[in-house]
Amino acid sequence: MTPILEAYGLVKRYGKTHALAGLDLVVHPGRVVALLGPNGAGKTTFVRTVATLLRPDAGTLHVDGIDALRKPGKVRQVIGLAGQFAAVEEAMTGRENLEMVGRLFGLSRKDAKAAAVRVLDQMQLTDDADRLVRTYSGGMRRRIDLGISLVGTPRLLLLDEPTTGLDPGSRLQLWDAIRDLVVTGTDILLTTQYLDEADRLASDIVIIDHGTVIAAGTPAELKSRAGDDMIEVHVRAAGDLPAVSGVLATVGHDPQADVPARRASVAVDDGSSRLMDALRRLDQQRITVEDISLRRPTLDEVFLSLTDRQEASS
Amino acid sequence: MTGTSVIAPSPAVPRAAVNTGARLWTSSLLVAGRTVRKFARTPQLIVFTTIQSALFLLMFRFAFGGAIGTGGSLSYVDFLVPGFIASSILWSGMGAATGMAEDVEHGFVDRLRSLPIPRAAVLIGRSLADAALLVWALAVAAILGFAVGFRLTGTVPGALAAFGLCVLFGFAFEWVFIVIGLLGGTARAAQSLGLLVTPLVFLSSAYVPVASMPGGVRQFSEIQPLTPMVDAVRGLAAGARGQALLQHSTSYYIGLSLAWAAAIFVVFGLLAVLRFARR
Repeated sequence: MTPILEAYGLVKRYGKTHALAGLDLVVHPGRVVALLGPNGAGKTTFVRTVATLLRPDAGTLHVDGIDALRKPGKVRQVIGLAGQFAAVEEAMTGRENLEMVGRLFGLSRKDAKAAAVRVLDQMQLTDDADRLVRTYSGGMRRRIDLGISLVGTPRLLLLDEPTTGLDPGSRLQLWDAIRDLVVTGTDILLTTQYLDEADRLASDIVIIDHGTVIAAGTPAELKSRAGDDMIEVHVRAAGDLPAVSGVLATVGHDPQADVPARRASVAVDDGSSRLMDALRRLDQQRITVEDISLRRPTLDEVFLSLTDRQEASS
Repeated sequence: MTGTSVIAPSPAVPRAAVNTGARLWTSSLLVAGRTVRKFARTPQLIVFTTIQSALFLLMFRFAFGGAIGTGGSLSYVDFLVPGFIASSILWSGMGAATGMAEDVEHGFVDRLRSLPIPRAAVLIGRSLADAALLVWALAVAAILGFAVGFRLTGTVPGALAAFGLCVLFGFAFEWVFIVIGLLGGTARAAQSLGLLVTPLVFLSSAYVPVASMPGGVRQFSEIQPLTPMVDAVRGLAAGARGQALLQHSTSYYIGLSLAWAAAIFVVFGLLAVLRFARR
Protein backbone atom coordinates (compact mmCIF):
# COMPACT_ATOMS: atom_id res chain seq x y z
CA MET A 1 0.00 0.00 0.00
CA THR A 2 1.29 3.45 -0.90
CA PRO A 3 2.12 5.44 2.22
CA ILE A 4 -0.07 8.52 2.50
CA LEU A 5 2.97 10.44 3.58
CA GLU A 6 6.63 9.70 3.06
CA ALA A 7 9.25 12.21 4.10
CA TYR A 8 12.98 11.63 4.12
CA GLY A 9 15.61 14.05 5.31
CA LEU A 10 13.43 17.15 5.07
CA VAL A 11 15.37 20.33 5.75
CA LYS A 12 13.97 23.85 5.86
CA ARG A 13 16.23 26.68 6.90
CA TYR A 14 15.32 30.21 7.87
CA GLY A 15 18.61 32.03 7.99
CA LYS A 16 20.68 30.10 10.49
CA THR A 17 17.82 28.30 12.21
CA HIS A 18 16.78 24.89 10.97
CA ALA A 19 13.00 24.70 11.23
CA LEU A 20 13.28 21.19 9.82
CA ALA A 21 16.58 19.42 10.36
CA GLY A 22 16.41 16.19 8.39
CA LEU A 23 12.95 15.04 9.35
CA ASP A 24 12.01 11.45 8.42
CA LEU A 25 8.45 10.20 8.69
CA VAL A 26 6.39 7.57 6.90
CA VAL A 27 2.65 7.31 7.51
CA HIS A 28 0.47 4.55 6.07
CA PRO A 29 -3.20 5.09 5.23
CA GLY A 30 -5.95 4.70 7.80
CA ARG A 31 -4.18 6.47 10.64
CA VAL A 32 -4.64 9.63 12.61
CA VAL A 33 -1.23 10.98 13.41
CA ALA A 34 -0.61 13.72 15.95
CA LEU A 35 2.57 15.73 15.71
CA LEU A 36 3.40 16.77 19.20
CA GLY A 37 6.06 19.22 20.23
CA PRO A 38 6.74 22.56 21.87
CA ASN A 39 6.48 25.90 20.09
CA GLY A 40 9.15 26.21 17.46
CA ALA A 41 9.69 22.46 17.18
CA GLY A 42 8.95 22.52 13.46
CA LYS A 43 5.38 21.21 13.54
CA THR A 44 3.84 24.03 11.56
CA THR A 45 6.75 24.16 9.13
CA PHE A 46 6.31 20.47 8.45
CA VAL A 47 2.56 20.79 7.89
CA ARG A 48 3.08 23.78 5.61
CA THR A 49 5.66 21.81 3.66
CA VAL A 50 3.27 18.89 3.21
CA ALA A 51 0.59 21.38 2.14
CA THR A 52 3.02 22.60 -0.57
CA LEU A 53 3.04 26.09 0.94
CA LEU A 54 6.75 25.81 1.65
CA ARG A 55 9.45 24.23 -0.41
CA PRO A 56 12.01 22.29 1.61
CA ASP A 57 15.70 23.07 1.08
CA ALA A 58 16.59 19.38 1.03
CA GLY A 59 15.00 15.97 1.29
CA THR A 60 12.19 14.15 -0.45
CA LEU A 61 8.48 14.29 0.20
CA HIS A 62 5.73 12.11 -1.24
CA VAL A 63 2.06 12.59 -0.44
CA ASP A 64 -0.13 9.66 -1.48
CA GLY A 65 2.70 8.58 -3.74
CA ILE A 66 2.95 12.00 -5.44
CA ASP A 67 6.28 13.76 -5.45
CA ALA A 68 5.40 16.98 -3.62
CA LEU A 69 8.47 18.83 -4.86
CA ARG A 70 7.98 18.02 -8.54
CA LYS A 71 4.18 17.99 -8.69
CA PRO A 72 2.84 20.21 -5.94
CA GLY A 73 -0.30 20.82 -7.99
CA LYS A 74 -1.16 17.12 -7.87
CA VAL A 75 -0.64 17.06 -4.12
CA ARG A 76 -3.15 19.88 -3.72
CA GLN A 77 -5.75 17.67 -5.36
CA VAL A 78 -5.65 15.19 -2.49
CA ILE A 79 -5.11 17.33 0.60
CA GLY A 80 -7.20 19.57 2.80
CA LEU A 81 -5.74 22.16 5.16
CA ALA A 82 -7.21 23.85 8.20
CA GLY A 83 -4.83 26.22 9.86
CA GLN A 84 -4.12 27.91 13.15
CA PHE A 85 -6.07 30.89 11.95
CA ALA A 86 -9.58 30.11 10.99
CA ALA A 87 -9.20 31.27 7.39
CA VAL A 88 -12.87 31.75 6.74
CA GLU A 89 -14.49 34.73 5.06
CA GLU A 90 -16.36 36.47 7.83
CA ALA A 91 -18.53 38.49 5.49
CA MET A 92 -19.96 35.35 3.95
CA THR A 93 -22.29 32.77 5.44
CA GLY A 94 -21.09 29.32 6.41
CA ARG A 95 -22.85 27.87 3.40
CA GLU A 96 -21.36 30.43 1.00
CA ASN A 97 -17.88 29.70 2.31
CA LEU A 98 -18.33 25.99 1.74
CA GLU A 99 -19.85 26.39 -1.71
CA MET A 100 -17.07 28.73 -2.80
CA VAL A 101 -14.31 26.34 -1.74
CA GLY A 102 -16.25 23.40 -3.16
CA ARG A 103 -16.25 25.08 -6.53
CA LEU A 104 -12.56 25.90 -6.19
CA PHE A 105 -12.00 22.19 -5.61
CA GLY A 106 -13.53 21.73 -9.04
CA LEU A 107 -17.07 20.73 -8.13
CA SER A 108 -19.96 21.87 -10.29
CA ARG A 109 -22.37 24.44 -8.83
CA LYS A 110 -24.81 21.65 -8.01
CA ASP A 111 -22.22 19.33 -6.48
CA ALA A 112 -20.76 22.19 -4.46
CA LYS A 113 -24.22 22.91 -3.02
CA ALA A 114 -24.66 19.24 -2.14
CA ALA A 115 -21.19 19.08 -0.59
CA ALA A 116 -21.96 22.16 1.51
CA VAL A 117 -25.16 20.55 2.81
CA ARG A 118 -23.25 17.37 3.69
CA VAL A 119 -20.44 19.21 5.48
CA LEU A 120 -22.81 21.52 7.36
CA ASP A 121 -24.58 18.45 8.67
CA GLN A 122 -21.29 16.74 9.50
CA MET A 123 -20.12 19.81 11.44
CA GLN A 124 -23.55 20.32 13.05
CA LEU A 125 -23.83 23.78 11.59
CA THR A 126 -26.98 23.29 9.52
CA ASP A 127 -29.00 25.63 11.75
CA ASP A 128 -26.42 28.40 11.40
CA ALA A 129 -25.64 27.78 7.74
CA ASP A 130 -27.10 31.05 6.49
CA ARG A 131 -25.69 33.38 9.11
CA LEU A 132 -22.61 35.44 8.35
CA VAL A 133 -19.52 33.81 9.84
CA ARG A 134 -18.74 37.06 11.65
CA THR A 135 -21.63 36.23 13.99
CA TYR A 136 -20.22 32.76 14.78
CA SER A 137 -18.63 31.78 18.10
CA GLY A 138 -14.96 30.73 18.21
CA GLY A 139 -15.88 27.05 18.24
CA MET A 140 -18.24 27.42 15.30
CA ARG A 141 -15.54 29.21 13.32
CA ARG A 142 -13.13 26.36 13.86
CA ARG A 143 -15.77 23.89 12.79
CA ILE A 144 -16.59 25.77 9.62
CA ASP A 145 -12.83 26.07 8.97
CA LEU A 146 -12.48 22.31 9.40
CA GLY A 147 -15.56 21.86 7.22
CA ILE A 148 -14.05 23.97 4.44
CA SER A 149 -11.06 21.65 4.30
CA LEU A 150 -13.50 18.75 3.91
CA VAL A 151 -15.69 19.86 1.01
CA GLY A 152 -13.19 18.31 -1.36
CA THR A 153 -13.14 15.02 0.63
CA PRO A 154 -9.35 15.03 0.90
CA ARG A 155 -7.30 11.88 1.30
CA LEU A 156 -4.97 13.60 3.71
CA LEU A 157 -6.32 16.23 6.03
CA LEU A 158 -3.78 18.56 7.62
CA LEU A 159 -4.88 20.24 10.83
CA ASP A 160 -2.53 22.75 12.36
CA GLU A 161 -3.40 23.17 16.03
CA PRO A 162 -7.12 22.75 15.40
CA THR A 163 -8.30 23.49 18.93
CA THR A 164 -5.82 26.07 20.21
CA GLY A 165 -7.71 28.78 22.06
CA LEU A 166 -11.04 26.96 22.24
CA ASP A 167 -13.15 26.49 25.35
CA PRO A 168 -13.46 22.89 26.62
CA GLY A 169 -16.96 22.32 25.25
CA SER A 170 -16.02 23.48 21.75
CA ARG A 171 -12.88 21.36 21.91
CA LEU A 172 -14.89 18.23 22.64
CA GLN A 173 -17.23 19.00 19.75
CA LEU A 174 -14.34 19.50 17.38
CA TRP A 175 -12.70 16.29 18.56
CA ASP A 176 -15.90 14.38 17.80
CA ALA A 177 -16.04 15.90 14.35
CA ILE A 178 -12.43 14.95 13.66
CA ARG A 179 -12.89 11.39 14.91
CA ASP A 180 -15.88 10.90 12.62
CA LEU A 181 -13.73 11.70 9.62
CA VAL A 182 -11.47 8.72 9.80
CA VAL A 183 -14.21 6.32 8.70
CA THR A 184 -14.77 8.31 5.52
CA GLY A 185 -11.32 7.40 4.29
CA THR A 186 -9.56 10.59 5.26
CA ASP A 187 -6.19 10.23 6.90
CA ILE A 188 -5.34 12.95 9.34
CA LEU A 189 -2.13 14.62 10.30
CA LEU A 190 -2.66 17.10 13.10
CA THR A 191 -0.33 19.19 15.16
CA THR A 192 -0.95 19.97 18.78
CA GLN A 193 0.75 21.15 21.91
CA TYR A 194 -1.60 19.19 24.09
CA LEU A 195 -0.91 15.62 25.08
CA ASP A 196 -4.55 15.00 25.93
CA GLU A 197 -5.59 16.07 22.46
CA ALA A 198 -3.10 13.74 20.83
CA ASP A 199 -4.21 11.07 23.25
CA ARG A 200 -7.91 11.46 22.43
CA LEU A 201 -7.60 11.76 18.68
CA ALA A 202 -4.56 10.03 17.42
CA SER A 203 -3.78 6.43 16.70
CA ASP A 204 -0.15 7.44 16.60
CA ILE A 205 1.87 10.21 18.14
CA VAL A 206 5.03 11.62 16.65
CA ILE A 207 7.06 13.82 18.93
CA ILE A 208 9.25 16.32 17.19
CA ASP A 209 11.71 18.83 18.47
CA HIS A 210 14.37 20.96 16.81
CA GLY A 211 13.03 19.86 13.44
CA THR A 212 13.48 16.11 13.82
CA VAL A 213 11.37 13.21 15.03
CA ILE A 214 12.53 12.20 18.47
CA ALA A 215 9.93 9.55 19.23
CA ALA A 216 6.93 7.90 17.60
CA GLY A 217 4.40 5.32 18.67
CA THR A 218 0.90 4.79 19.98
CA PRO A 219 -0.13 7.01 22.90
CA ALA A 220 0.15 4.11 25.32
CA GLU A 221 3.61 3.17 24.08
CA LEU A 222 4.88 6.69 24.44
CA LYS A 223 3.46 7.17 27.88
CA SER A 224 4.92 3.96 29.14
CA ARG A 225 8.24 5.02 27.72
CA ALA A 226 7.85 8.42 29.27
CA GLY A 227 7.54 6.94 32.72
CA ASP A 228 5.15 6.58 35.54
CA ASP A 229 2.03 8.20 36.87
CA MET A 230 2.36 11.14 39.18
CA ILE A 231 0.75 11.66 42.56
CA GLU A 232 0.28 15.33 43.25
CA VAL A 233 -0.74 16.78 46.61
CA HIS A 234 -1.85 20.32 47.37
CA VAL A 235 -1.78 21.40 51.03
CA ARG A 236 -3.43 24.33 52.75
CA ALA A 237 -0.41 25.35 54.82
CA ALA A 238 3.04 25.45 53.27
CA GLY A 239 4.37 24.28 56.65
CA ASP A 240 2.91 20.84 55.97
CA LEU A 241 5.00 20.36 52.84
CA PRO A 242 8.01 18.67 54.48
CA ALA A 243 5.69 16.16 56.17
CA VAL A 244 3.86 15.52 52.87
CA SER A 245 7.16 15.05 51.08
CA GLY A 246 8.08 12.57 53.77
CA VAL A 247 4.92 10.56 53.10
CA LEU A 248 5.40 10.73 49.32
CA ALA A 249 8.95 9.47 49.71
CA THR A 250 7.51 6.25 51.13
CA VAL A 251 5.29 5.57 48.07
CA GLY A 252 7.56 6.73 45.26
CA HIS A 253 11.05 8.01 44.78
CA ASP A 254 12.47 11.50 44.81
CA PRO A 255 9.39 13.66 45.57
CA GLN A 256 9.46 17.27 44.41
CA ALA A 257 8.03 20.11 46.50
CA ASP A 258 6.92 23.41 45.04
CA VAL A 259 6.66 25.71 48.09
CA PRO A 260 4.99 28.80 46.55
CA ALA A 261 2.34 26.58 44.96
CA ARG A 262 2.00 24.55 48.21
CA ARG A 263 2.29 21.43 46.12
CA ALA A 264 4.33 18.24 46.24
CA SER A 265 4.49 15.50 43.65
CA VAL A 266 6.12 12.15 43.13
CA ALA A 267 6.37 9.59 40.31
CA VAL A 268 4.96 6.18 41.23
CA ASP A 269 5.01 2.82 39.49
CA ASP A 270 1.57 1.47 40.44
CA GLY A 271 -0.64 4.54 40.46
CA SER A 272 -3.91 3.60 42.11
CA SER A 273 -2.59 1.43 44.93
CA ARG A 274 0.18 3.93 45.72
CA LEU A 275 -2.44 6.66 45.82
CA MET A 276 -4.35 4.65 48.44
CA ASP A 277 -1.15 4.19 50.43
CA ALA A 278 -0.40 7.88 50.30
CA LEU A 279 -3.94 8.81 51.40
CA ARG A 280 -3.80 6.37 54.33
CA ARG A 281 -0.47 7.70 55.56
CA LEU A 282 -1.46 11.32 55.21
CA ASP A 283 -4.59 10.56 57.19
CA GLN A 284 -2.59 8.76 59.90
CA GLN A 285 -0.38 11.83 60.28
CA ARG A 286 -3.45 14.10 60.32
CA ILE A 287 -2.16 16.33 57.53
CA THR A 288 -4.89 18.49 55.98
CA VAL A 289 -4.81 18.06 52.24
CA GLU A 290 -6.55 20.50 49.91
CA ASP A 291 -6.43 18.19 46.94
CA ILE A 292 -4.75 14.97 45.94
CA SER A 293 -4.65 13.53 42.45
CA LEU A 294 -3.20 10.83 40.35
CA ARG A 295 -2.34 11.94 36.87
CA ARG A 296 -0.57 10.90 33.73
CA PRO A 297 2.66 12.66 32.98
CA THR A 298 2.13 16.01 31.23
CA LEU A 299 3.53 16.79 27.85
CA ASP A 300 6.41 18.55 29.55
CA GLU A 301 7.23 15.46 31.53
CA VAL A 302 6.90 13.08 28.58
CA PHE A 303 8.88 15.44 26.52
CA LEU A 304 11.65 15.97 29.04
CA SER A 305 11.90 12.30 29.76
CA LEU A 306 12.10 11.44 26.05
CA THR A 307 14.66 14.09 25.28
CA ASP A 308 16.73 12.99 28.26
CA ARG A 309 16.60 9.45 27.00
CA GLN A 310 17.63 10.52 23.55
CA GLU A 311 20.59 12.45 24.85
CA ALA A 312 21.60 9.55 27.06
CA SER A 313 21.49 7.05 24.17
CA SER A 314 23.33 9.15 21.65
CA MET B 1 15.84 7.04 18.50
CA THR B 2 17.37 6.12 15.18
CA GLY B 3 15.93 5.35 11.76
CA THR B 4 12.70 6.49 10.15
CA SER B 5 9.50 6.40 12.12
CA VAL B 6 7.04 4.25 10.25
CA ILE B 7 3.38 4.43 11.16
CA ALA B 8 1.90 1.01 10.41
CA PRO B 9 -1.06 0.54 8.08
CA SER B 10 -4.60 -0.06 9.30
CA PRO B 11 -7.22 -2.22 7.57
CA ALA B 12 -8.16 -0.86 4.15
CA VAL B 13 -10.45 2.16 4.12
CA PRO B 14 -12.34 3.57 1.13
CA ARG B 15 -10.31 5.99 -0.99
CA ALA B 16 -11.47 9.55 -1.36
CA ALA B 17 -11.69 11.00 -4.87
CA VAL B 18 -9.11 13.26 -6.46
CA ASN B 19 -10.17 16.87 -6.88
CA THR B 20 -9.46 18.25 -10.29
CA GLY B 21 -9.71 21.84 -9.13
CA ALA B 22 -11.33 24.81 -10.84
CA ARG B 23 -9.83 26.33 -13.97
CA LEU B 24 -8.10 29.70 -14.05
CA TRP B 25 -11.09 31.78 -15.10
CA THR B 26 -13.61 30.16 -12.73
CA SER B 27 -11.27 30.28 -9.77
CA SER B 28 -10.29 33.89 -10.46
CA LEU B 29 -13.95 34.89 -10.56
CA LEU B 30 -14.69 32.99 -7.35
CA VAL B 31 -11.79 34.66 -5.58
CA ALA B 32 -12.88 38.06 -6.93
CA GLY B 33 -16.49 37.45 -5.92
CA ARG B 34 -15.46 36.85 -2.36
CA THR B 35 -13.50 40.13 -2.15
CA VAL B 36 -16.33 42.14 -3.67
CA ARG B 37 -18.85 40.55 -1.31
CA LYS B 38 -16.59 41.29 1.63
CA PHE B 39 -16.57 44.97 0.67
CA ALA B 40 -20.28 45.14 -0.10
CA ARG B 41 -21.14 43.54 3.23
CA THR B 42 -18.95 45.78 5.33
CA PRO B 43 -21.02 48.97 5.48
CA GLN B 44 -18.49 50.71 7.74
CA LEU B 45 -15.91 50.42 4.97
CA ILE B 46 -18.22 51.90 2.36
CA VAL B 47 -19.42 54.74 4.56
CA PHE B 48 -15.98 55.68 5.87
CA THR B 49 -14.25 55.67 2.50
CA THR B 50 -17.04 57.82 1.05
CA ILE B 51 -16.95 60.29 3.94
CA GLN B 52 -13.18 60.48 3.78
CA SER B 53 -13.16 61.23 0.12
CA ALA B 54 -16.02 63.77 0.48
CA LEU B 55 -14.17 65.63 3.27
CA PHE B 56 -11.09 65.78 1.13
CA LEU B 57 -12.95 67.22 -1.79
CA LEU B 58 -14.83 69.72 0.35
CA MET B 59 -11.57 70.94 1.87
CA PHE B 60 -9.97 71.63 -1.47
CA ARG B 61 -13.10 72.96 -3.05
CA PHE B 62 -14.05 75.40 -0.30
CA ALA B 63 -11.07 75.89 2.05
CA PHE B 64 -7.98 75.92 -0.20
CA GLY B 65 -9.68 76.41 -3.53
CA GLY B 66 -10.08 80.15 -3.28
CA ALA B 67 -6.32 80.62 -2.98
CA ILE B 68 -5.39 78.34 -5.88
CA GLY B 69 -5.29 79.85 -9.33
CA THR B 70 -5.60 77.51 -12.29
CA GLY B 71 -3.52 79.74 -14.53
CA GLY B 72 -6.22 79.83 -17.17
CA SER B 73 -9.91 80.41 -17.79
CA LEU B 74 -10.88 77.14 -16.13
CA SER B 75 -12.59 77.63 -12.74
CA TYR B 76 -10.94 75.89 -9.82
CA VAL B 77 -13.78 73.42 -9.29
CA ASP B 78 -13.60 72.32 -12.92
CA PHE B 79 -9.83 72.03 -12.56
CA LEU B 80 -10.01 70.20 -9.25
CA VAL B 81 -12.63 67.53 -9.87
CA PRO B 82 -10.92 65.67 -12.75
CA GLY B 83 -7.74 65.64 -10.66
CA PHE B 84 -9.64 64.49 -7.63
CA ILE B 85 -11.25 61.64 -9.56
CA ALA B 86 -7.98 60.55 -11.16
CA SER B 87 -6.07 60.65 -7.88
CA SER B 88 -8.78 58.64 -6.14
CA ILE B 89 -7.29 55.59 -7.87
CA LEU B 90 -4.43 55.88 -5.42
CA TRP B 91 -6.64 56.24 -2.35
CA SER B 92 -8.67 53.27 -3.49
CA GLY B 93 -5.45 51.35 -4.11
CA MET B 94 -4.46 51.73 -0.47
CA GLY B 95 -7.54 49.73 0.41
CA ALA B 96 -6.38 47.06 -2.03
CA ALA B 97 -2.97 46.88 -0.33
CA THR B 98 -4.57 46.50 3.09
CA GLY B 99 -6.96 43.87 1.76
CA MET B 100 -4.17 41.85 0.17
CA ALA B 101 -2.05 42.03 3.33
CA GLU B 102 -5.01 41.01 5.46
CA ASP B 103 -5.53 37.93 3.33
CA VAL B 104 -1.89 36.99 3.77
CA GLU B 105 -1.95 37.75 7.50
CA HIS B 106 -5.11 35.81 8.27
CA GLY B 107 -4.26 32.69 6.33
CA PHE B 108 -6.74 33.19 3.52
CA VAL B 109 -4.01 33.21 0.91
CA ASP B 110 -2.54 30.04 2.41
CA ARG B 111 -5.90 28.35 2.18
CA LEU B 112 -6.20 29.33 -1.49
CA ARG B 113 -2.65 28.22 -2.18
CA SER B 114 -3.37 24.81 -0.72
CA LEU B 115 -6.29 24.31 -3.13
CA PRO B 116 -5.93 22.67 -6.55
CA ILE B 117 -6.35 25.93 -8.46
CA PRO B 118 -3.84 27.83 -10.58
CA ARG B 119 -1.94 30.06 -8.19
CA ALA B 120 -2.34 32.95 -10.58
CA ALA B 121 -6.05 32.88 -9.75
CA VAL B 122 -5.32 34.36 -6.32
CA LEU B 123 -3.69 37.44 -7.85
CA ILE B 124 -5.97 37.71 -10.86
CA GLY B 125 -9.02 37.37 -8.62
CA ARG B 126 -7.66 40.07 -6.35
CA SER B 127 -7.01 42.48 -9.21
CA LEU B 128 -10.42 41.84 -10.79
CA ALA B 129 -12.15 42.52 -7.48
CA ASP B 130 -10.08 45.64 -6.92
CA ALA B 131 -10.98 46.82 -10.40
CA ALA B 132 -14.65 46.45 -9.54
CA LEU B 133 -14.18 48.33 -6.27
CA LEU B 134 -12.24 50.96 -8.17
CA VAL B 135 -15.14 51.57 -10.56
CA TRP B 136 -17.31 52.04 -7.50
CA ALA B 137 -14.84 54.50 -5.93
CA LEU B 138 -14.51 56.44 -9.19
CA ALA B 139 -18.29 56.65 -9.54
CA VAL B 140 -18.59 57.94 -5.98
CA ALA B 141 -15.83 60.48 -6.67
CA ALA B 142 -17.61 61.65 -9.84
CA ILE B 143 -20.93 62.04 -8.05
CA LEU B 144 -19.25 63.99 -5.25
CA GLY B 145 -17.58 66.12 -7.90
CA PHE B 146 -20.86 67.06 -9.51
CA ALA B 147 -22.32 67.70 -6.06
CA VAL B 148 -19.71 70.38 -5.27
CA GLY B 149 -20.39 72.22 -8.48
CA PHE B 150 -18.35 70.55 -11.20
CA ARG B 151 -19.83 71.01 -14.65
CA LEU B 152 -18.71 69.12 -17.68
CA THR B 153 -17.16 71.62 -20.07
CA GLY B 154 -15.96 68.92 -22.47
CA THR B 155 -18.03 66.40 -24.41
CA VAL B 156 -19.90 63.44 -22.94
CA PRO B 157 -17.88 60.88 -24.96
CA GLY B 158 -14.77 62.70 -23.73
CA ALA B 159 -15.94 62.37 -20.15
CA LEU B 160 -16.68 58.68 -20.61
CA ALA B 161 -13.26 58.18 -22.15
CA ALA B 162 -11.76 59.99 -19.17
CA PHE B 163 -13.59 57.65 -16.82
CA GLY B 164 -12.37 54.65 -18.81
CA LEU B 165 -8.81 55.92 -18.63
CA CYS B 166 -9.11 56.24 -14.85
CA VAL B 167 -10.18 52.60 -14.66
CA LEU B 168 -7.19 51.57 -16.78
CA PHE B 169 -4.74 53.61 -14.72
CA GLY B 170 -6.28 52.26 -11.56
CA PHE B 171 -5.93 48.69 -12.80
CA ALA B 172 -2.25 49.27 -13.49
CA PHE B 173 -1.63 50.98 -10.14
CA GLU B 174 -3.42 48.17 -8.34
CA TRP B 175 -0.45 45.94 -9.01
CA VAL B 176 1.73 48.40 -7.12
CA PHE B 177 -0.62 48.02 -4.19
CA ILE B 178 -0.81 44.24 -4.49
CA VAL B 179 2.99 44.19 -4.24
CA ILE B 180 2.80 46.53 -1.23
CA GLY B 181 0.25 44.21 0.36
CA LEU B 182 2.39 41.14 -0.27
CA LEU B 183 5.52 42.84 1.02
CA GLY B 184 3.79 44.35 4.04
CA GLY B 185 2.42 41.02 5.19
CA THR B 186 0.22 42.66 7.80
CA ALA B 187 -2.62 45.09 7.23
CA ARG B 188 -0.97 47.67 9.47
CA ALA B 189 2.36 47.50 7.67
CA ALA B 190 0.66 47.66 4.29
CA GLN B 191 -1.27 50.73 5.36
CA SER B 192 1.91 52.50 6.40
CA LEU B 193 3.70 51.48 3.21
CA GLY B 194 0.68 52.56 1.20
CA LEU B 195 0.97 56.08 2.62
CA LEU B 196 4.22 56.38 0.67
CA VAL B 197 2.11 57.16 -2.39
CA THR B 198 0.80 60.36 -0.79
CA PRO B 199 3.55 62.49 -2.38
CA LEU B 200 2.49 61.18 -5.78
CA VAL B 201 -0.96 62.62 -5.18
CA PHE B 202 0.09 66.02 -3.91
CA LEU B 203 3.17 66.50 -6.04
CA SER B 204 1.17 66.20 -9.23
CA SER B 205 -1.20 68.35 -11.26
CA ALA B 206 -4.20 66.84 -9.42
CA TYR B 207 -4.93 69.68 -6.97
CA VAL B 208 -2.70 72.55 -8.02
CA PRO B 209 -1.12 73.54 -11.33
CA VAL B 210 2.40 72.13 -11.55
CA ALA B 211 3.58 75.51 -12.85
CA SER B 212 3.04 77.00 -9.39
CA MET B 213 5.61 74.66 -7.78
CA PRO B 214 9.28 75.51 -7.09
CA GLY B 215 12.16 73.96 -9.14
CA GLY B 216 12.89 70.44 -7.92
CA VAL B 217 9.35 69.72 -6.77
CA ARG B 218 8.05 70.88 -10.08
CA GLN B 219 10.44 68.62 -11.96
CA PHE B 220 9.35 65.65 -9.91
CA SER B 221 5.71 66.49 -10.47
CA GLU B 222 6.21 66.76 -14.19
CA ILE B 223 7.89 63.41 -14.66
CA GLN B 224 5.88 61.24 -12.28
CA PRO B 225 3.11 59.08 -13.77
CA LEU B 226 0.09 60.61 -12.06
CA THR B 227 0.58 64.02 -13.69
CA PRO B 228 0.13 62.90 -17.32
CA MET B 229 -2.78 60.75 -16.15
CA VAL B 230 -4.47 63.71 -14.49
CA ASP B 231 -3.68 65.92 -17.48
CA ALA B 232 -5.19 63.39 -19.89
CA VAL B 233 -8.33 63.08 -17.78
CA ARG B 234 -8.62 66.84 -17.39
CA GLY B 235 -8.07 67.43 -21.07
CA LEU B 236 -10.89 65.03 -21.90
CA ALA B 237 -13.32 66.19 -19.22
CA ALA B 238 -12.77 69.93 -19.37
CA GLY B 239 -12.57 70.31 -23.16
CA ALA B 240 -10.94 73.33 -24.73
CA ARG B 241 -10.45 75.29 -21.51
CA GLY B 242 -8.77 72.28 -19.91
CA GLN B 243 -6.60 71.76 -22.92
CA ALA B 244 -5.53 75.39 -22.83
CA LEU B 245 -3.68 74.67 -19.55
CA LEU B 246 -1.62 71.88 -21.11
CA GLN B 247 1.68 72.27 -22.89
CA HIS B 248 0.91 69.48 -25.36
CA SER B 249 -2.28 68.13 -26.89
CA THR B 250 -4.57 65.93 -24.81
CA SER B 251 -3.75 62.94 -27.00
CA TYR B 252 -0.06 63.40 -26.10
CA TYR B 253 -0.94 63.00 -22.42
CA ILE B 254 -3.23 60.07 -23.15
CA GLY B 255 -0.41 58.30 -24.98
CA LEU B 256 2.15 59.11 -22.30
CA SER B 257 -0.11 57.99 -19.48
CA LEU B 258 -1.06 54.78 -21.27
CA ALA B 259 2.64 54.02 -21.69
CA TRP B 260 3.12 54.64 -17.97
CA ALA B 261 0.17 52.39 -17.15
CA ALA B 262 1.54 49.61 -19.32
CA ALA B 263 4.99 49.90 -17.76
CA ILE B 264 3.61 49.93 -14.22
CA PHE B 265 1.40 46.93 -14.96
CA VAL B 266 4.26 44.90 -16.44
CA VAL B 267 6.85 45.73 -13.77
CA PHE B 268 4.62 45.42 -10.71
CA GLY B 269 2.63 42.51 -12.12
CA LEU B 270 5.90 40.65 -12.49
CA LEU B 271 7.05 41.64 -9.00
CA ALA B 272 3.74 40.44 -7.55
CA VAL B 273 4.01 37.11 -9.34
CA LEU B 274 7.63 36.64 -8.24
CA ARG B 275 6.85 37.55 -4.66
CA PHE B 276 3.80 35.34 -4.63
CA ALA B 277 5.55 32.32 -6.13
CA ARG B 278 8.24 32.38 -3.44
CA ARG B 279 7.76 29.71 -0.83
